Amino acid sequence: MSKSIAELQVIAKRVRRDILEMIAAAKSGHPGGSLSAVELVVELYFNTMRIDPANPKWPDRDRFILSKGHAAPVLYSVMAERGYPDTPKDKLNTLRQFGSIYQGHPDMRFIPSLEASTGSLGQGLSLGLGMALGERLDGRPSRIYVMLGDGEIQEGQVWEAAMAAPFHKADNLVAIVDNNQIQLDGFVRDIMAVDPLADKWRSFGWHVVELDGNDAVAVRAAFEEAAATKGKPTALVAHTLKGKGVSFMENNPKFHGVAPSQDELKMALQELN
Amino acid sequence: MSVDTKAPRKKFELKAGVATREAFGRTLVELGRENRNVVVVDADLSKSTMTTYFAKEFPDRFFSMGIAEANMVGVGAGLAMAGKIPFVASFSVFAVNKGFEQMRVCAAYGRSNLKVVGTHSGISIGEDGPSQMSIEEIALACSLAGFVVMAPADEASCKALVRAAAAYDGPVFIRTGRPKAPVIYTADHKFEIGKAVEVAPGTDVTIIANGLLVAQAMLAADLLDADGVSVRVIDMHTVKPLDRDAIAKAAKETRAIVVAEEHLIDGGLGVKVAQVVAETHPCAMEFVGIHDRYAESGQPEELLEKYHLVAPDIASAARKVLTRKS
Repeated sequence: MSKSIAELQVIAKRVRRDILEMIAAAKSGHPGGSLSAVELVVELYFNTMRIDPANPKWPDRDRFILSKGHAAPVLYSVMAERGYPDTPKDKLNTLRQFGSIYQGHPDMRFIPSLEASTGSLGQGLSLGLGMALGERLDGRPSRIYVMLGDGEIQEGQVWEAAMAAPFHKADNLVAIVDNNQIQLDGFVRDIMAVDPLADKWRSFGWHVVELDGNDAVAVRAAFEEAAATKGKPTALVAHTLKGKGVSFMENNPKFHGVAPSQDELKMALQELN
Repeated sequence: MSVDTKAPRKKFELKAGVATREAFGRTLVELGRENRNVVVVDADLSKSTMTTYFAKEFPDRFFSMGIAEANMVGVGAGLAMAGKIPFVASFSVFAVNKGFEQMRVCAAYGRSNLKVVGTHSGISIGEDGPSQMSIEEIALACSLAGFVVMAPADEASCKALVRAAAAYDGPVFIRTGRPKAPVIYTADHKFEIGKAVEVAPGTDVTIIANGLLVAQAMLAADLLDADGVSVRVIDMHTVKPLDRDAIAKAAKETRAIVVAEEHLIDGGLGVKVAQVVAETHPCAMEFVGIHDRYAESGQPEELLEKYHLVAPDIASAARKVLTRKS
């Protein structure tokens, strides 16, 4: 499926509305880090990744792991938009409720089309590396995309995997750091600084692309550059805006993990009209 | 099984065999030849875990992760999700303690087909001392929902159970040891995950053991036999899922049980057996294991003796349980 940038921007706006409605209905969840990642996830599912929603376990498919599992709403909404049979659009507003397939964090037991059950931070890149090595062994063209939070990379296991992927020349692996600069307790720079991000990944042996992660054109170009990079994995350091698209949520630590009230939802949806 | 109770009891002969870690390493190579989906991930201990044999024959299917066990387990789970049958190996103490969260999220909750093999388990690793001694991994591994947990006693059982693990679809932990393991079984003995083996028949008391302590249980049975006590010995090589039938039968028929393991008493085989006994045929029980402490450097034999894990300790636990038998 190939979509124009303009089409993706329309989808991105719908996804943002979904995210806000879902989290507001659930009265809990993580809007900020879901909104920051919208352009990246939309581009992956609507253009970059070789996938077939009607055949979600197609062996040659590309795979996406949301290592920052608390951003589940962006993934649910995008998969629903993309038409996976096990992510119905009309059930999105059951997020986090008892009996819902839309669990608080992505859970393969409820949505088999997911590639991993995540939520405990720091683990996705290792999983992705294992998948990348397995696919390469079988000679499959599959590429593995792992999205990490900038707070998440404070976890030591991330750097174990970051060391191992270039060592094994896993050029079918892409790490995407959603660098929105905010984590639960506040700004990343005040909790545990992770800069200089690009230098860190580069010094571990990755090909690094820095980009504006909320710019659909830049996002597409970055994934194209990653695909063209041979012999080493690529890390996208995607500079994003936490809460992107809703003025009072943007760059506001409060909306890392707090749901909008009904009034706030109304205001937010007006901005996204 | 029919047993001629009139025949004189054959004494157990302590014959040093191959270490279970060695049996694991050799079996991996066989599996690698039979199935190209078998892959190995190791964390700089391949010469000790014996995955080195596999690495030499199948370098393309051997992945070195360096000294990084959390990543090793995660990469293993990822390989499983890509359709491989991954064995990840390290000393038990590192694989399980440092990889526990990854075993939980990526293998247990994530339900991946991951096989974790811990070597150098228990205090019989010897000279390296407590930082390398794994005495809690059975408790930890059994606390992971859906995991199969095994602790084979000797070469033949280890080979068979590693094969069974590869054939089984789901997460497995296997506990192996460093020292040469006394031979319990003939090479052609058949084993099944979750099916205990009655290695000696008996009617007065049952000793349930696994790992290195199966041999000690056999020696204890001979000590007791000299006193006219008929001892049943059961090798509980699979701790999870437990063979409830074998336990219930032993509780009903012998009405006295001793459990012996090279592991902390807390959360070990003993408490799991006791739960089944309580639920089926409550009877007197005694427990041989490590009591809420860490060991020290020394020869395996010296340590097993000092920490009360040898045949005379098991025999005295049996005598004690017999006095309490109703």
